[in-house]
Amino acid sequence: MKLGTTLGAALVASVSWASMAAAQTELSLWYHGAGNEAESTALQLIIDDFNASQSDYTVVVESFPQESYNDSVVAAALAGNLPDILDVDGPVMPNWAWAGYLQPLDINEGVIENFLDGPKGYWGGELYSIGFWDAAIAMMSRQSTLDALGLRTPTIDSPWTGDEFMAALDAAKASGDYDFALDLGMPWTGEWYPYAFSPFLQSFGGDIVDRSSYATAEGALNGDAAMAFGNWWQSLFADGYAPGTSQDPADRDTGFIDGKYAFSWNGNWAALGALEAHDDVLFLPAPDFGNGSYIGAASWQFGVAATSENAEGASAFIEFALQDNYLANFSNVTGLIPATSTAAAMTDNYAEGGALEVFFGLSEAQALVRPVTPGYVVFAKVFEKALADIANGADVADTLDAAADEINADIEANSGYGH
Amino acid sequence: MASKLTTSNRAGWAFALPGFGLILLFIVIPFFFAFYLSLTNQRLVSPNPTEYVGFSNYEKLLSISVLTIEPEVDTAGVVLRDDAGEAQYPRVRSFTRNNPDFPQYDGMREWFRWHWGGTAKVVVATDVVFWKSLRNTLMFVLVVAPVQAALALGLALLVNQKLRGINIYRAIYFMPVVVSIVVVSLLFRFIYDGNDGLLNNILSFLTFGLFEGRDWLGSPDTALGAIKAMSIWQAVGFHMVIWLSGLQTISPTLYEASSIEGASKWQTFRYVTWPGLRNTAVLVIIVITMQAFALFAQIDVMTNGGPLDSTTTLVFQAVERGYGKQDISGAAAISVVLFLIVLSISMLQRYITRAR
Repeated sequence: MKLGTTLGAALVASVSWASMAAAQTELSLWYHGAGNEAESTALQLIIDDFNASQSDYTVVVESFPQESYNDSVVAAALAGNLPDILDVDGPVMPNWAWAGYLQPLDINEGVIENFLDGPKGYWGGELYSIGFWDAAIAMMSRQSTLDALGLRTPTIDSPWTGDEFMAALDAAKASGDYDFALDLGMPWTGEWYPYAFSPFLQSFGGDIVDRSSYATAEGALNGDAAMAFGNWWQSLFADGYAPGTSQDPADRDTGFIDGKYAFSWNGNWAALGALEAHDDVLFLPAPDFGNGSYIGAASWQFGVAATSENAEGASAFIEFALQDNYLANFSNVTGLIPATSTAAAMTDNYAEGGALEVFFGLSEAQALVRPVTPGYVVFAKVFEKALADIANGADVADTLDAAADEINADIEANSGYGH
Repeated sequence: MASKLTTSNRAGWAFALPGFGLILLFIVIPFFFAFYLSLTNQRLVSPNPTEYVGFSNYEKLLSISVLTIEPEVDTAGVVLRDDAGEAQYPRVRSFTRNNPDFPQYDGMREWFRWHWGGTAKVVVATDVVFWKSLRNTLMFVLVVAPVQAALALGLALLVNQKLRGINIYRAIYFMPVVVSIVVVSLLFRFIYDGNDGLLNNILSFLTFGLFEGRDWLGSPDTALGAIKAMSIWQAVGFHMVIWLSGLQTISPTLYEASSIEGASKWQTFRYVTWPGLRNTAVLVIIVITMQAFALFAQIDVMTNGGPLDSTTTLVFQAVERGYGKQDISGAAAISVVLFLIVLSISMLQRYITRAR
C-alpha cells in the first residue's frame, strides 16, 4: 500500500510542470549554424529588429550543429515537434516539402523579384523556401602560379577545356613545387561531394539522375559520359594529382594558403582567408569537359513548417528578413553571395570592384541546381559513396552501375517521388 | 516456486516492474515493431502509405549465388591471355545487367571470386554491401571476443595481487572504459593519422626511421584491424573488473590447500582458478560477443564504413540506411537478421558452456 502511494506521488511529481503565460505569440526558429559566432550574431540582429518592430510575435532561435541538423528536423517532424520557422538546405527542400514538413511561403512575390535563382526554392510550382544568400565554387589558384607554370588565365567566356585543365595539373605536378597539384576537399564528407563534384559529371554530359523524367538514373549515372567522368575521377587519385579521401582535414583548410597545392576547388566562404594570405589569388571558372562549365547552386534557405499554427507570423518574419541591409550584413560576416544585386552593392566584397565580385559572375553564368527531387537526399548519399569508392580504387563501371541500380530501386520504392 | 513468485511476492514484483517495463518498452516491443516494419515498405520520410511487401526486403538483402564464367576464347577456341599470362574473363556486368539469358543474376554484383578448373567462380549478391558488413562484423567478433576476454583475464590476474598501490593500476586499466567511445574514436583518428600520426611516429622512432608511415584508416588492408585493436584496448578494463570480481569469489582456502599439495602456478590456475571462474567466463564471453556485434560508434566516427566497405558493419548499415537513406524497412530487416544471428550465437555459447 505504502509502496503504491510512493510510486503514485513520484509519477505526479515527474509529469507536473509549471506553465507560463505568454503575452506575445512565440515563433520558434531552428537554425543550422550552432558554433558559428558571426552567423548567429547576424541572425540575432534580424530577430531583435523584428521583435522590436511589432508586438504580435516574438521570434526565439534555437541553433543546431550543421552535422546533426537534418536528423534533428526529421526526428522532430516524426514526433510532431517542428518549430514554426526552420532553415533548410536548398537541395533537401523538395524532400521536406513532399513529405509535408513545409508549407508554401506566403510572401509578397514582389519582394523576391530581384533575387538570384539559387536562393529561391520552388517545388511543384510553389515557393517553399527562400535564402538570404547563395554560395559558389571556384578553382582557386594564384596569378604567380599560372605565370610560373606558363598557363593561360581562363575566363567565364573561355574556361579551360578538360585537356587544358589536365595539362595545367601536369605542369603543376611536374614543377615539383607542390605536394599535390589539386586539392578537391575530399575530407569534407557529406553534401560537399554532390555539391562540388556532380557539376564535373554534368560537364562530362552525365548526371546523377535523368532530369527529364526523374524516373531513372540508368544512362545518366552509368552511361558513356559518366564512365568517362569516372575514369577521369579515378585518374586524379591514381596518378597522384590530388590527395584522396584520407587527406588531412587541416590541409584542406590551410594547404592552399601554405602553398601545398597549386589549385584548390573551394567555395567562396574560403575566399576571404585566401585573399588575406596572398593578394594574387584568382578564382577561376570550372573547366569545361565538353558539355559546358558548371558549379553547384542553392544554399541554406528559410521555410515555414506545415504544422505551424502561426504561419502568418512566420512568413512575416521571413519577409522582414529579406531586406537588403540584412542580406548585406549576412554577406559581410559570412563572405557568402547576397541574394540581390542591390544588397550586393551594399556589401564590402560584392560591390563593384569588391574582392569577391567574380563569384557573382560565376554564380550567374555557371550555377546549376542539384536535381530538384525529393529523392535527392538519398541520391546524394549514393553519389558520395560511389565517388569515394572510385577514388579509393573501385572498378568504375561496376561502382557506377551499382549506384544507378540503388537510385532506381529507391525511386521505385518511393513510387516515383511524386513526379 | 511458481506460485510463490506469482502470489505472495508483490513487493518483489513492484521492484522488478521498472526494469521489466523498460526492457519491454525499449527492447521487446521495438523488436516486434522492427520485424513488422521489415515486412513493409516503410520509409523514414514519405507521404506515401505504408504497404505490406512480404519478405521482399529479406530477399533483396540475402540473395546470393555463384556465377560460373568461362574464359574468353578467340575464334580458334584458344583461351585469351593478358601479358601476365592470366586468362581473360568477360566482365560480370555483361551477365548481370540487361542479359535475358541470365535473368536469375539480374542486378547482382560481384562480391569475390575464385578460379577452379579453368573457369572463374564468381559469388554475386544483390546487396554486396550487406554481405561485406556481415563478414566485417563476424571478423570483428571472432578476433575481439577471444582476445579481449583473454587480455582482460591476464590483467585481472595481474591486478589481483596484494601489492602496495594496486588500486592505482586497477584505476589506470579501467580508465578508457569511463571515457566516451566517441572521444576515444576521435583521439585514435589522430593517432592513426597517415601523415604524422602518433602511431607512425612511434613506429618510425622504434625502428630508427626504417618504418615508413602508413595511412592506417585509409587503407582497406589495415582499417578494420586498427579499429579492432582500438576497441579491444578501450573495453578491456571493463571485463578486467568482471574477471576480478570472479577471482575474488574464489575461496582462499582452495589456494592454501593447493599450495600445501605442492601445486605449481599453472596447476593452481588450471585446477583452482579456472574452474572457479566458470560462470564469470560465460558472462564475459557473452557480453563481449554481444557488444562486438553492436559495433557502430567507432565506425561512424573513424571511417564511415570506408575505404571500399572494408569497415562497414551491420549496425552501421542499419543506421546508414534507416536514417541516411530513409529506408526504414531495409534497416529493420538488417536489425532482425542481426538479432537472429546474435541470439543463435548466444544460445550456442550457452549450450557449450552449460553446467554439466
